[in-house]
Amino acid sequence: MLTWGPGFTMIAFILRRIVQSVMVMLTVALVAFALFRFVGDPIASMVGQETTLAERAELREVLGLNDPFAIQFGRFVARAATGDFGISYRLQQPVMELILSRLPATLELALVSGVLAFVFGVGFGVYTALRRGNWISGSVMTASLIGVSLPTFLIGVLLIWVFAVELQWLPSFGRGETVYIGDWWRTGLLTESGRASLILPAITLGLYQMTLIMRLVRAEMLEVLRTDYIKFARARGLSNRAVNFGHALKNTLVPVITITGLQMGSIIAFSIITETVFQWPGVGALFIRSVQFVDVPVMAAYLMLIALVFVIINLIVDLLYYAVDPRLRVDRANARH
Amino acid sequence: MPALADKAPLLSVRDLVVEFPTRRGVLRALDKVSFDIAEGEVLGMVGESGAGKSLTGAAIIGLLEPPGRIASGEVWLRGERIDNLPRERMRRLRGRRIGMVFQDPLTSLNPLYTVARQLIETIRTHMDVSDTEARNRAVGLLDRVGIPAAARRIDDYPHHFSGGMRQRVVIALALAAEPELVIADEPTTALDVSVQAQIIDVLKEICAERGASVMLITHDMGVIAETADRVAVLYAGRLAEIGPVRDVIQRAEHPYTAGLMGSIPTLTQTAERLTQIPGSMPRLDAIPKGCAFNPRCPRVLERCRIERPELIAREGGRQVACWLYDREAQDA
Ligand SMILES: Nc1ncnc2c1ncn2[C@@H]1O[C@H](COP(=O)(O)OP(=O)(O)OP(=O)(O)O)[C@@H](O)[C@H]1O
Ligand code: SF4
Ligand SMILES: [Mg+2]
Repeated sequence: MLTWGPGFTMIAFILRRIVQSVMVMLTVALVAFALFRFVGDPIASMVGQETTLAERAELREVLGLNDPFAIQFGRFVARAATGDFGISYRLQQPVMELILSRLPATLELALVSGVLAFVFGVGFGVYTALRRGNWISGSVMTASLIGVSLPTFLIGVLLIWVFAVELQWLPSFGRGETVYIGDWWRTGLLTESGRASLILPAITLGLYQMTLIMRLVRAEMLEVLRTDYIKFARARGLSNRAVNFGHALKNTLVPVITITGLQMGSIIAFSIITETVFQWPGVGALFIRSVQFVDVPVMAAYLMLIALVFVIINLIVDLLYYAVDPRLRVDRANARH
Repeated sequence: MPALADKAPLLSVRDLVVEFPTRRGVLRALDKVSFDIAEGEVLGMVGESGAGKSLTGAAIIGLLEPPGRIASGEVWLRGERIDNLPRERMRRLRGRRIGMVFQDPLTSLNPLYTVARQLIETIRTHMDVSDTEARNRAVGLLDRVGIPAAARRIDDYPHHFSGGMRQRVVIALALAAEPELVIADEPTTALDVSVQAQIIDVLKEICAERGASVMLITHDMGVIAETADRVAVLYAGRLAEIGPVRDVIQRAEHPYTAGLMGSIPTLTQTAERLTQIPGSMPRLDAIPKGCAFNPRCPRVLERCRIERPELIAREGGRQVACWLYDREAQDA
């Protein structure tokens, strides 16, 4: 077998992934662009009732809407690459500005739910795998079944009812008080009301992912515990702790990292529902409103944003995978035996 | 009569019974198995697939997988009873006093850790030594099991080694804390034929130089003949025959052993001499009454279908569980 230097395979791997990512983004851009062309008439959305037909035609020409498809698409991609998605029909503001002002709310919510989902998912998964058959494991498993089967908005509404309406412990909507970090990032994490406001939405958004991660960890862990190298580790007298957490859990985490990473993407995408239920001022809520008003530039930008998030996460997951599993690293010793 | 050993055997298994409770009743996978392993001795363990060889090893080292359990019987290690030890004490004993080598070296090593990490972890679990000391020991071990450039290769991952090399690593791991007994469960079955002999040699040599006893589970009669001092033959969870390897191989007394030896083709043997035992070993839920071998036995007696034969002591320290050798009956 030919062996290239260790750096080469790594770089080739990354390059290949980046090319794939660009292809994915172009495909999504095509869909987003199609929205412009085929959902509603952009001219009608931009001008008032009293504009004459001649004026409309001129505007059409000025905006380049009569140019060939490929040229228009090229222009769209070039602009999108610089973050220019035009002006929101509804709010008459640059789309990018709108999105950037609401992105921190969504990212904070997604990050907190993602971390909650991962920590509790792995924790419960490991616990239920190691303590099969005791009543706590049984209850957790049953509860997780409920978690997967209830729709997100119902969980949100139930949480609001119990913790906001009945117990009045936590706020039921909004982000609470926010402060600026830097020029544009408004965070709720630094204020008490901001953190309190985050709890219910984060649980709502993360619950489904948590049950998925938990079930995955449990299944993987049970699988790994049956392997020969775990038996051999026990036969060498390693402590339960070393066997379960040092050997078994690490092997479990390889697939779990992949899934969790990919779920971060879905968390951001699914935040639409949670943001709507909790009136959370994020990009999800912005998207829902723009759909109601056929605000195509915002819809297109949101689509591209979500795609970008998925693509970046995929890339990071692949690299993590590479870091965790030495078998994927082709290195110096591969050629000799 | 077998001479009374001048000192207690290293390992003594007494009337070991291993059972699996199932929905359709309790399956008895090992039924009153008794044998000893002397200090420094290599005991071969043979038998058809499913005879209970691996279970015997797992029961001794305390790693039966639930619901499997030792239902009765005793296991003694150097005069200390170990089958009923508290879990934590049993764990400390594993690796330290009894080491184990499994069949498949490709799956016995954790793929995510370097060989160094797995060796050092094992050494430091059992011995109070520093990290550097443990590492030095580990390099010494790898060197001893025949890994070239051990000091460099110790930082490689398992997948960097070939199958034979990995099994050497596994042997190094099993011997890392200098156990008195090594249970090797088909240590070469998964390997290339060309390296099988080397692995057996390494295992045998190291154990000999450290005075460790070996329980060698294998299908390979050739290996037994060359390596073992004594051999135990299991059939359907029962011990059929046990004795010095030469005696058992050349003059098998138990009809099952005779058949087993006959069905091992050797280079000099012609096809006609190859006797086959008709039928197959019974399943655990259908073990016949009396001698478990009776439906297949060419020399079956009336009482074989009713009474189970116990081990009968024979000349030269051999023991056979077969009514053919019941002295009282013969005298009568
Ligand atoms: N979990 C279990 N439940 C029921 N029976 C089991 C279980 N595990 C093992 N057995 C039975 O125990 C018997 C002995 O198994 P063991 O693995 O010791 O055989 P072996 O002699 O090592 O065979 P092989 O040569 O194939 O490795 C088999 O008949 C098997 O069916
Ligand atoms: S006891 Fe009877 S059936 Fe069993 S091996 Fe001996 S002769 Fe055959
Ligand atoms: Mg076996």
